[in-house]
Amino acid sequence: MSEFLSNFDVDSVREDFPILEREVRGKSLIYLDNAATTLKPKMVAEAVYEHYLMGASNVHRGVHQLSEDATRLYEGSREKVRKFLNARRSEQVIFTSGTTASINLVAKSYGKSNLKEGDEIIISQVEHHSNIVPWQMLCQEVGCTLKVIPMNAAGELIIEEYEKLLSERTKIVSVVYISNALGTINPVKTITEMAHKHGAVVLLDAAQAVAHTPIDVQSLDCDFLAFSSHKLFGPTGVGVLYGRTELLAKMPPLMGGGDMIETVTFEKSTYAKLPNLHEAGTPNIAGVIGLGAAVDFVTGVGLKQIAAYEDRLLEYGTKKLIEVEGLKLIGTAENKASVLAFTLDGVHPHDIGSVLDMDGIAVRAGHHCAQPVMQFYGVPATARASLSLYNKKEEIDKLAESLTKLREMFI
Amino acid sequence: MSTQDLYQQVILEHNRKPKNFRKLDPCSHKAEGFNPLCGDHLWVYLDVDSEGVIQEATFEGSGCAISKASASMMTAAIRGKTQSEAQVMFNEFQSLLSGKLKPETDAHSLGKLKIFSGIWQFPSRVKCAALAWHAMSGALCAVKSTSTEGEDS
Repeated sequence: MSEFLSNFDVDSVREDFPILEREVRGKSLIYLDNAATTLKPKMVAEAVYEHYLMGASNVHRGVHQLSEDATRLYEGSREKVRKFLNARRSEQVIFTSGTTASINLVAKSYGKSNLKEGDEIIISQVEHHSNIVPWQMLCQEVGCTLKVIPMNAAGELIIEEYEKLLSERTKIVSVVYISNALGTINPVKTITEMAHKHGAVVLLDAAQAVAHTPIDVQSLDCDFLAFSSHKLFGPTGVGVLYGRTELLAKMPPLMGGGDMIETVTFEKSTYAKLPNLHEAGTPNIAGVIGLGAAVDFVTGVGLKQIAAYEDRLLEYGTKKLIEVEGLKLIGTAENKASVLAFTLDGVHPHDIGSVLDMDGIAVRAGHHCAQPVMQFYGVPATARASLSLYNKKEEIDKLAESLTKLREMFI
Repeated sequence: MSTQDLYQQVILEHNRKPKNFRKLDPCSHKAEGFNPLCGDHLWVYLDVDSEGVIQEATFEGSGCAISKASASMMTAAIRGKTQSEAQVMFNEFQSLLSGKLKPETDAHSLGKLKIFSGIWQFPSRVKCAALAWHAMSGALCAVKSTSTEGEDS
């Protein structure tokens, strides 16, 4: 055991998550649905609570102490995110409501003002619906075309095929960093480099990646990167769009209103500079402050340590699950994050989900908002156990035990 | 509520060996039932005679144990019933799934189907149990395709 944990103290991490003490259906909770959303540590909930209870004020307004405190905390979170992503300037961090809103902002603002008929957008076979539908909408609106990088049976993108799709018509390449449905870690640095050779702009969907791997936007050299706070142990309803300053500054704002203006007259309004330009209206202040606390939490533990620990968990989980009779892993990429998606012969994924729930084990059953992935594998749905830093080897043992038991029940 | 309450032996048995699990060709009525949220997908076939009596009811498709067992038991239950009797059963079954109809005290014509009475405690599974019934009702009303979305069940 000590060898398994090496220098990572999972028990002390678990103490930050009171929810792990609770029971579900009379059993100790085993939470394996981290790809849907992560649990929240005490310090995140406390930061949100503290703001509403003792802070409460709006930001960027008023000269009173409370407003200045709220502004300092809100902008403090922006700086924390900047550092977390290794962005050059904090104005490159735009707060949105989530990954979906971030991708839509790029599609509807950058996309609409830069793409025209005949242009092409490249996504991949493994995308979440949130990185498919906004581009389809853009294609319908301006008459550009969507191209899809295919994948192999393991769930890895075929880079030679991607190369063939690239041309001077390619204007945007938008791909997921880590697949929520399969766990595949895509070679996003290579993908970005190749896109740039053809003059295309690259957006990386880092929703699944942020809690599992250190991210450096300068090293990745991406043009945009999107993620959600709630998959990084932070509050729901908050997300980030990182972008290159020159691109963000030229993007027409999607929403007009307070906070995004400099001056307003009935004849004409002038707009604020970045980042406020893209943050019209009162933002999710408490949520952003909570995200700041989540970044503190995750950097406190250390993403390198988290990634190393999760790799061990994944290795152990893979070994345990393939021992379960009739179980087939869906997504077996060589470079993979801690997602174990599977089917079980003779048992529908929803029944797996319901029976595991009776044992206090929370997994996701369904299409994981990635229907094209299900179509690729010819399955209506999969069950998915997605692991995070607070999961333990013993929890995987219990999962495997429950799966063996439930299969006997159905067969 | 335990695993055994949701997955009673009868349900597991119908899941393993569903009754009337085949295409009916020719048939007088048919409709597709689809739950876009989970991918459960089935077709219900009916043969209704000139008197309005359901002579034959079958189904095919794929889905979870709850949807399959419900479809299997439904096809057995509506055979020999008139169209309007089947619609009454559908209404009663929906009340049962929502927890409004208490099978031990309220009058109903559901017979063995009352074993689905505990499902209301699992809101995410109610649609699974209702899927075949929506398709059956859709078939009788000449609707080719029904979806669990947009229904309040």
